[in-house]
Amino acid sequence: MALTLADVARIAHLARLDIDATEAQAVHAKLESIFALIDALDTVDTAGVEPMAHAQDTAMPLRDDVVTETDQHALFQRGAPAVTDGLYLVPRVVE
Amino acid sequence: MPGIDGTVAELVAALRAKEISSVELTRAVLGRIEAAQPAINAFISVDAEGALAQATAADAALARGDAPGLAGIPIAHKDVLMTAGLRTTCGSRMLADFVAPYDAHVVTGLREAGTVLVGKTNMDEFAMGSSNESSYFGPVRNPWNPAYVPGGSSGGSAAAVAARLVPAASGTDTGGSIRQPASFTGICGMKPTYGVCSRYGLVAYASSLDTPGVFARTAQDCGLILNAMAGHDRRDATSLARPREDYTRDLAQPLAGLRIGLPSAYFDDGVDADVAHAVDDALRAFRALGATTVAVELPNVGLSVPVYYVLASAEASSNLSRFDGVRYGHRAAHYTDLVDMYKKSRAEGFGAEVKRRILTGTYVLSHGYYDAYYLKAQKVRRLIAGDFARAYAQCDVLMGPVTPGTAYRLGEKIDDPVQMYLGDIFTIAGNLTGTPGISVPCGFDQRGLPIGLLIQGPAFAEAKLLNVAHRFQQATDWHARAPQGVA
Repeated sequence: MALTLADVARIAHLARLDIDATEAQAVHAKLESIFALIDALDTVDTAGVEPMAHAQDTAMPLRDDVVTETDQHALFQRGAPAVTDGLYLVPRVVE
Repeated sequence: MPGIDGTVAELVAALRAKEISSVELTRAVLGRIEAAQPAINAFISVDAEGALAQATAADAALARGDAPGLAGIPIAHKDVLMTAGLRTTCGSRMLADFVAPYDAHVVTGLREAGTVLVGKTNMDEFAMGSSNESSYFGPVRNPWNPAYVPGGSSGGSAAAVAARLVPAASGTDTGGSIRQPASFTGICGMKPTYGVCSRYGLVAYASSLDTPGVFARTAQDCGLILNAMAGHDRRDATSLARPREDYTRDLAQPLAGLRIGLPSAYFDDGVDADVAHAVDDALRAFRALGATTVAVELPNVGLSVPVYYVLASAEASSNLSRFDGVRYGHRAAHYTDLVDMYKKSRAEGFGAEVKRRILTGTYVLSHGYYDAYYLKAQKVRRLIAGDFARAYAQCDVLMGPVTPGTAYRLGEKIDDPVQMYLGDIFTIAGNLTGTPGISVPCGFDQRGLPIGLLIQGPAFAEAKLLNVAHRFQQATDWHARAPQGVA
């Protein structure tokens, strides 16, 4: 599957990565070589094979539906770029 | 008295015999770290004050006689493991000033065992890399020759142990990030079974593959450290509820009757001659110890690298979406609106390799490509796991080289990511299958750079792998060799 320069711009937007034209060109060449490697998977017959999501085929553990966390928002927000009154500040999104 | 160059086991004995105090040991370690930092760059943060306070407390506990097992032993943690109050950068500009609010589970385990945390080691950015050249804090250099890379992504931990700066250090292994740098720097590096060590507080790269583990000079030391890191943790849904083990319990067991599987794929033309010779010599040593060898086939193992770069990149693109410049980490100074803030913060905060993997992962997960890439890779992952299960029906452990070649020069592969990725061909399958592996020093190439032997086993074979590695180290002295100017 050929990855185009337009694809690079599209996935960079999906990944929320700012990328200029020069960088996109360079990344495109590198991604092409990476996908040439990945395309080797096409040669394998996987008909009837169950996908393997995880190394250990164990069920997800369950616990009682009770609150176990304490409120530590002040501690967790200490490293945030901009916080006021316990709220994360971002640029205005609604005019 | 072993002094600063003792192994963990020797230092535990010396501390208990009061031949040395933890404060003396920690001061000596801090001195060495400072002296080596300009040449090796193994550390991102050093916490001299905190370390000396912990050492003082360890000495007090030793004097009282109620000290835990590893009391007073200086160690370092890879800077991807969160440490409360001490910054955790992941080798990234994104987290250059991030101070974690809590400890990783494995950090807590080693703290409770009495170890003294001296600092956080340098690493490839977000653990993505095999050469330690992608760190925002500069490359780590190989103590055996500073023109060469130490391997990655846990290159700082490997270099710190190889240069005798600390007797042991933690690492994490997603595709070979413990075993490969251990091999490149001539020390032991163990990746346990997935789920044995909790990932709580390990900043996630590829959650289904990330595995905390250990670097030390001997298999025995790896077991001692692993004893304190392993254990069930409810805060990690993939942490396994298993009875506690003493991973050193079988160290002294004889190897008579051990069946060593030799996968043909690990012995083909792609392996450097020096590496192949060293591995052959190691196998001879194992036969002399009573082991037998059997040829095994892993028909799909050659697909490990493409499977890995689909799955790990997909998981990375998802995991790293949390770095948005809002809740923690770098925020760009200039932007037009919210989406622009995300884009500029991430573009400035992440380096080139991290961006490549995020883009690769975003593409394979994007609309219309999911089945062709992600689902396909998960199916091939199952085929690879089947290959290993069949091989372990014929043998107790698998052996081969850790990597096709030894360490390369800084800059040599930095512009060719695929070449660098292919260097992890022998280690990646251990992550895809979630099985344990250990890298053990087994020789040197003609340039004097270390060669590692990879010993792999089925899930939960840690004690067996340590036994096999320990007996090899009793019969050889590769692990006792130190880089020039060290020890």
